[in-house]
Amino acid sequence: MTAVCYHNISHSYDNIRVLENISFEVNENEIFVIIGRSGSGKSTLLQMINGLVVPAVGHVEIFEKKIDYTNINKLRCNIGYSVQGAGLFPHMTVWENISLLARIEGFARDAIDRRIEILIRFVDLDPAYLAKYPHQLSGGEQQRVGICRAMMLNPKIFLLDEPFAALDPSTKSEIHHELLALQKEEPRTIVMVTHDLREAVKLADRLLVLDNGVLQQIDRVENILKNPANGLVADFVKEQTGEEHA
Amino acid sequence: MHKFLSTFISILLTISLAGADTLSVRIGAKNFNEGYLLGEILSQLLEHHGYPVLRQFNLGGTLVCFEALNNGEIDLYPEYTGTISEQILESGENLSLNRIDRAVKEKFNLGISAPFGFNNTYALAVRRRMAEEHHLRRISDLGDLPALRMAFSYEFLERRDGWRNLSTSYGLPQEPVGIEHGLSYQALIEGQVDVIDIYSTDGEISRYDLYILEDDRRFFPDYQAVAFFRTGLPPAVIRIVNLLSGRLDETRMQQLNAQVVFEGKSYAAVAGTFLSETGLTGEAEGIGNSTLWSEISRKTLEHLKLTFIALLIAMLVAIPVGVAVYNTPVIARPLLYLSGLLQTIPSIALLALMIPIFGIGVLPAVIALFLYALLPLLRNTVVALFGIDPLLKKVATGIGLTRWQRLRHVELPLAMPTIMAGIRTAAVINVGTATLAAFIGAGGLGEFIVTGLSLNNTGMILKGAIPAALLAFVIELIFELVEKMIIPQHLRQKIAG
Repeated sequence: MTAVCYHNISHSYDNIRVLENISFEVNENEIFVIIGRSGSGKSTLLQMINGLVVPAVGHVEIFEKKIDYTNINKLRCNIGYSVQGAGLFPHMTVWENISLLARIEGFARDAIDRRIEILIRFVDLDPAYLAKYPHQLSGGEQQRVGICRAMMLNPKIFLLDEPFAALDPSTKSEIHHELLALQKEEPRTIVMVTHDLREAVKLADRLLVLDNGVLQQIDRVENILKNPANGLVADFVKEQTGEEHA
Repeated sequence: MHKFLSTFISILLTISLAGADTLSVRIGAKNFNEGYLLGEILSQLLEHHGYPVLRQFNLGGTLVCFEALNNGEIDLYPEYTGTISEQILESGENLSLNRIDRAVKEKFNLGISAPFGFNNTYALAVRRRMAEEHHLRRISDLGDLPALRMAFSYEFLERRDGWRNLSTSYGLPQEPVGIEHGLSYQALIEGQVDVIDIYSTDGEISRYDLYILEDDRRFFPDYQAVAFFRTGLPPAVIRIVNLLSGRLDETRMQQLNAQVVFEGKSYAAVAGTFLSETGLTGEAEGIGNSTLWSEISRKTLEHLKLTFIALLIAMLVAIPVGVAVYNTPVIARPLLYLSGLLQTIPSIALLALMIPIFGIGVLPAVIALFLYALLPLLRNTVVALFGIDPLLKKVATGIGLTRWQRLRHVELPLAMPTIMAGIRTAAVINVGTATLAAFIGAGGLGEFIVTGLSLNNTGMILKGAIPAALLAFVIELIFELVEKMIIPQHLRQKIAG
């Protein structure tokens, strides 16, 4: 089944074209990574799924239903969302941050606690942290809390907008493992935006390469590495793998 | 909204005024020594005859008293015939008692009592030694001494029977400055100024051995002291007031004034002794023996009531308005400018502006304080909400919170430290400004300060100023405690340094 489907999407900010006639599909329960340099339009593309950006031209379908952007809150509750810097609410403890949506939806306290227990085990977070405030946590720990918050209501789709960009390599690698373990246990559709090819290689089932608002190639990661569709993709791959040896 | 507000205000006021007997005779007085004394004499006389009295003393000058009387906020107050004919009737001539009585009845439906017996005219006073050195005897002699420094009460500077017409009539070249009447004697005897305006019955004249310049061109009209009253008052009350007719001559009035100013006796005691000595009442009763502490605590309570009713209404208005407009700068900006403009109106002027609309007493004071509290509350609410990290707003939206849920769970809690700071500022501003509310009869600690100012009595001023300062301090402490309870430590506003 198709989880997300983009139909002929074009979009501009202040008359500057940022996305040019883009169509593609994301399959249910795959990890789909959108990669590109900063300013390529990848974040804009992602935010059309939870309605933070409404496409100027074209439309997006979720599980074969066209998104109704005028009535999007219900849909958003079914879409986990995690961003760079985690965006944790500083006035809430870790527990309060993770449980916010569940509390608003009226879940019972013990159901909330059970779910949180499972989630923090996956991301390897000490239960003692639940009572702490975000500013008392390291960047990696904050990002883990952000993932737990997004996963709280067990959403069918999980959006990650460069969530690990600011983390050091070893922390990043740990969280990658945790994310993959969680995906194995609770498979769901993950759409992730990154500019880091190594991250994409590690996590993605399929990869979309975006450059300057134009879709360059969609394929399984290994195919893209082996057979870049054009010079732009080849350059991008070279740039990033070159960095690895640097 | 408007209707809701006015209902709300009137409920609060009903609560705050509960216990005030509507059948009482409401007696006003201008905020200067003789005004209080005559007000107190009239009050005790009526009380002696069994009428409950509501004292509305401390009203700031002729304008405030007259507006209050004319609007039915008070029933009577002591006034002077010259002031009525010049200031109120603006007649330009010295009217007889009968003509004044007829004119105020026709124009305002008010009346005057029989004169109490003394003429408290305006006069210009100088130090006796200076008068001798410069051979100063008459007001017209001032024309030869243009370098003399003059300081006059603000009311005298502006009155028709005051400086402007006096200087034209006598051709005087000096340019006087304004000064609070209670402070002018001190300025004169310390040599800071050379000529001041005085009332001829002031107790200070003999005490400081001042020389009064002769009004050789008969500029000043007669200022017979009378009671100025609403004609709707029961005739029996007016009959009692008329018992004072001819009982107070100038010497007597000077003595009574001096007893308060120099012997430190209370108005109540001086008035009581006078009434019993003249046989108008029986033995002097133990009036005015309420202890210092009970008086201070009563006024502190009044003060708190004024402050907090105004603050509460301002919070109920400004915070929701701030929440509604913060995202719409086109509306938020003009609103902030407007409330900022209100803040720049001097408090005493704002209070004076309230009188024609809302009369005197608690209501106009609460409204003025409400207006002052608006700016800090509105500004802090708007600034706090506007300044929240856009990433947090985006995340809150992205995870599926509705506009109301974002406000309730994310934006308001994050804005709370700044909003609390606004409430704190507004509370402290209100405690300070409320001291001026005494000028329009709203009570509170300002009564001590206003009375003390008009008597040049530092002790009296401190009786109001110290509790007011303590109050501001205690309010700061309470807010600090509240902040500690509701705001996590890392989000509290740190005081620089």
